[in-house]
Formats: sequence, C-alpha cells, structure tokens
Amino acid sequence: MEVPILKQGHYLIASIQSALSDADLSQLREKLIERVGKFRARGVIVDVTALDVMDSFAVRTLRDIAHMARLRGSETVIVGIQPEVAFAMVQLGLTLKGVATALDLEEGLAFLDLQAKGRSDRG
Amino acid sequence: MGDDLHCPIAADVDIVQARQMGRELAAQLGFSAGDQTVIAAAISEIARNILMYAKRGELLLRTVNDGARHGLIVVAQDEGPGIRDVQRALQDGYSTSGGLGLGLPGARRLMDDFEVVSEVGHGTRVTMKKWTRTHG
Repeated sequence: MEVPILKQGHYLIASIQSALSDADLSQLREKLIERVGKFRARGVIVDVTALDVMDSFAVRTLRDIAHMARLRGSETVIVGIQPEVAFAMVQLGLTLKGVATALDLEEGLAFLDLQAKGRSDRG
Repeated sequence: MGDDLHCPIAADVDIVQARQMGRELAAQLGFSAGDQTVIAAAISEIARNILMYAKRGELLLRTVNDGARHGLIVVAQDEGPGIRDVQRALQDGYSTSGGLGLGLPGARRLMDDFEVVSEVGHGTRVTMKKWTRTHG
C-alpha cells in the first residue's frame, strides 16, 4: 500500500490511508527523505489519522523519518494520532521523544509556519 | 469455546493481517474501541517477535467466557530458537534484537494475563488474554 506524498508550498504531506506493513513504512521513510531534497522541502507532515494501531516498528520508523529529515534541514510533524492509539502507545512504553506532534493537519501546518517564521526572524 | 482462528506468521504483511483479525474478533466480543486497539497492538508486538526470532510461526485466536465476562485469548507459537531466560526477557529494556521490538514486556502490559513457555532449541509459546470489563 503506497502512501501518497503531496507537495504544498515548502511542505511535504504524507497522508497514510490504511494499515501499513513494515515494508510499506520503510518505503515511506525512503521516499520522504529523498523528496525532502528533491523539492527542497522545509517541513514534512505525516498524517497518521487512518492508522488504527502504532506498534514499535511504526513508532521507530516515524522517529527515524523525523530525525533524518532534520538532518536534511526539514522539520517533521506527526499529526492525527487517535486517542486509543495514544493510549496503547503509552501502555507499550512507546514514545516519540524529540518529534513534534500536532492534533491534526491544520495544527501541523500552523506549527511548521511558526517554525519557518522563527527561522526567518533569526536571520 | 469456538474454533480457533488461525493466522500463520511468515512475513511482515501477516502481522497486519493478524492484528486486523484480532481487532475484528475483539469487536465481536464487545470490547471497547480502546481495548480493541490495545489487543491489536499486543498482537502486533508478539507477531513481530515471531518474525524476528523464529522467522515463522503462528497465532491462534480463541474466545472464552467465564460466566461474567468474555475473554480473547491469543496464542503465539513458534519452533524457533527459544528463550534462554524467560524472566529476563519479560523485563523492560531487555532485548537481544538491538532494541527493535519492545517485545514481551510491552505486550504483557497491554494484556490481563500473560504466560510464556519456552524451551531452548524447540520454540516458544506465548499465551495472552484480555477480558471484557464488567459493568456496574
């Protein structure tokens, strides 16, 4: 199941549509990191609203995406973690430490805009 | 007790299949949406353990009723290398896979009952249960 990646302004938006296998998740990671360079993206949003479970592999892959994108000069926000999914993640001991999250796509875009503004204000 | 649902685990797509089957069965038994997710997450971890350590194995899903509550039982079995020190494998932060899965301790926290039987060189069987919550 391929995850569509849309380009909107300086941002890339990966919108997960259905359950993903480990291979699908790894492919998403590779594609996103490649496209950050190709489109000179400043920010990446991964929308996980449709994910009904996040296990250790999914969380690890999202963390990897965020860290790799940052190394390429791009901020990542994970949006749309459902309440039950958050509950199970905490029970499992899974964290997204060091990775920005936002409630939904709208909040995610607002976060990236704020980050971009902070960057341009600094100089 | 009905027939077991059988789910072979030999590739990453089987993990997705297994947790979807678990979620559906949990929904049929009347588990809350939160508990359905918890069960699906536990199945995901335990199925991944099979893939990582034994390469292949199977999951059996089964329902029980103790008179007051419904229960969902997940049995994960493989004929892999087995676990040398089960007590240690159940401790947080212990993993021989380079920290990829949270494996057993994570799944144990999600479920109500959790049992591991393992024999080195012969395989591992994990049996975990979740009960519907009684109301009132």
